[in-house]
Amino acid sequence: MEPTAKKSEITATKKYLISKGIDGFFEDLYDLYSFIIRFFKESFSTPFEWREIINQCYAVGYKTLLLVSVTGFITGTVFTKQSRPSLSAFGAASWLPSLVSIAIIKTMAPLITALIAAGKVGSNIGAELGSMKVTEQIDAMEVSATNPFKFLVVSRILAITFMMPVLVLYTALVGMMGAYLNVHSNELTSFTSFFISAFKSIEFKDIFSSLFKALCYGFTIGVAGCYQGYYAQNGTQGVGRAANLAVVFSMFLIFVEELLIVQVLNNFK
Amino acid sequence: MNKENVQIDKREMVISLKELKKSFGQVHVLDGVNLEMKAGENIAILGRSGSGKSVLIKIISGLLKPDGGLVKVLGQEVDKLNEEDLQALRLKIGFSFQSSALYDSMSVRENLKFPLVRNRRELNDKEVNDAIDSVLNDVGLPQTINQMPSELSGGQKKRIGIARTLILKPEIMLYDEPTSGLDPITCIEVNNLILKVQQDYKTSSIIITHDLTCAKTTGNKVAVLSEGKFLKIGSFNEVFSSDEAYIKAFYDYNFTENNITNEK
Repeated sequence: MEPTAKKSEITATKKYLISKGIDGFFEDLYDLYSFIIRFFKESFSTPFEWREIINQCYAVGYKTLLLVSVTGFITGTVFTKQSRPSLSAFGAASWLPSLVSIAIIKTMAPLITALIAAGKVGSNIGAELGSMKVTEQIDAMEVSATNPFKFLVVSRILAITFMMPVLVLYTALVGMMGAYLNVHSNELTSFTSFFISAFKSIEFKDIFSSLFKALCYGFTIGVAGCYQGYYAQNGTQGVGRAANLAVVFSMFLIFVEELLIVQVLNNFK
Repeated sequence: MNKENVQIDKREMVISLKELKKSFGQVHVLDGVNLEMKAGENIAILGRSGSGKSVLIKIISGLLKPDGGLVKVLGQEVDKLNEEDLQALRLKIGFSFQSSALYDSMSVRENLKFPLVRNRRELNDKEVNDAIDSVLNDVGLPQTINQMPSELSGGQKKRIGIARTLILKPEIMLYDEPTSGLDPITCIEVNNLILKVQQDYKTSSIIITHDLTCAKTTGNKVAVLSEGKFLKIGSFNEVFSSDEAYIKAFYDYNFTENNITNEK
């Protein structure tokens, strides 16, 4: 009888752990929902933290500018270089500027900028707020009659949400410059004819969808970083975990959003 | 500094706790705590690690919500206040954290300026700078004004943490283990500062500590917390004349040689 009893005990433990895991998942989901609702409520209530929002905008731009410049330039150059043989095989090398502009403006610039920002800014927000949480700096702010959610969370989420479209436009521009240099060095195409050809295939809708994606990715990176940092626990280990989860969640969600947004926006043709 | 010099207003109750309860999961940290603190009074709360001392002052400052009981601070029920009223009440409560909790991305000046400019928007730059200089002089650290928290010693951090709360001129001070991790001489300096704050700023204070010298020096009353309740509240001599083993253990560790095991 004993082995049977043990087996049933193990099954019960497994069931308990599974149900606890499911409960935990829904609890986390509810906490995240409450966090986002609180963000919207606090965003529209006075006083506004303009100075801190501007400081954070500057920090987001300053932290990511060099990285997005380099990666944007490399992406534009490499993508052009890799696409040339395929297009040339069909005698369509003249389509290179159009192909590159569509790829960079519609997908690559928002995605690359978002991934760089998730790694650089998202992890930084997670670690910074996590560290403030575990060293009681957030509590200190609260007891000195300052709303830490508004000062730390709202300002950071707004800053990265509004800076992302700017960074995406900049990355697209740098990427296009990389593509132009490659095309110019191979086909001797002039600057004007390259950009005329490139923008022939781009519509306002494409730029709008790119900027819309940038807003969504920025919001996602901000929420993931702030949520993980603001609720960090367990000392320095918790700080590392917050930074790590901020990056993992935002990167995962960015790809999911990319898929969803492309599906939705393609229906507006 | 002498705690006997202060005037305690026996009629005015600044903190009143009745049957206060707080649990975390299955652990009942506070299980019916009662306490009354009068204006101008310092109460030192002693207890083992994890006995709920810090939880108690976090409930008083509104950082944690109690599960049951009454928490009245300056005549207001803390857990029933809306956000706006709670913020207004918090301006009258200073909280000195165990870890000092200085904003590590800001200099000492910015740490002191931060709560002041956010809560006293009517002050001009000169008034803000004067307030910072004055409070730094009070804690004896005017030379640290441009230093970063990482450049300060443990004792300096504690004193700057206290200065940051004093700049808002609170009526109540809550000290969470003000002397923990400090050398004896710095402990004496911090104890003297607590008394100076009581006398100069006319505050009433709760001092959470394990350090009996701190409790004896700074507390007009001492309260011993054990298993979620106060075992005894009274003057230092009243409390430590008790035969209660738990209370004796505290005294023996601090003031006698009984705590040293002779293994020779």
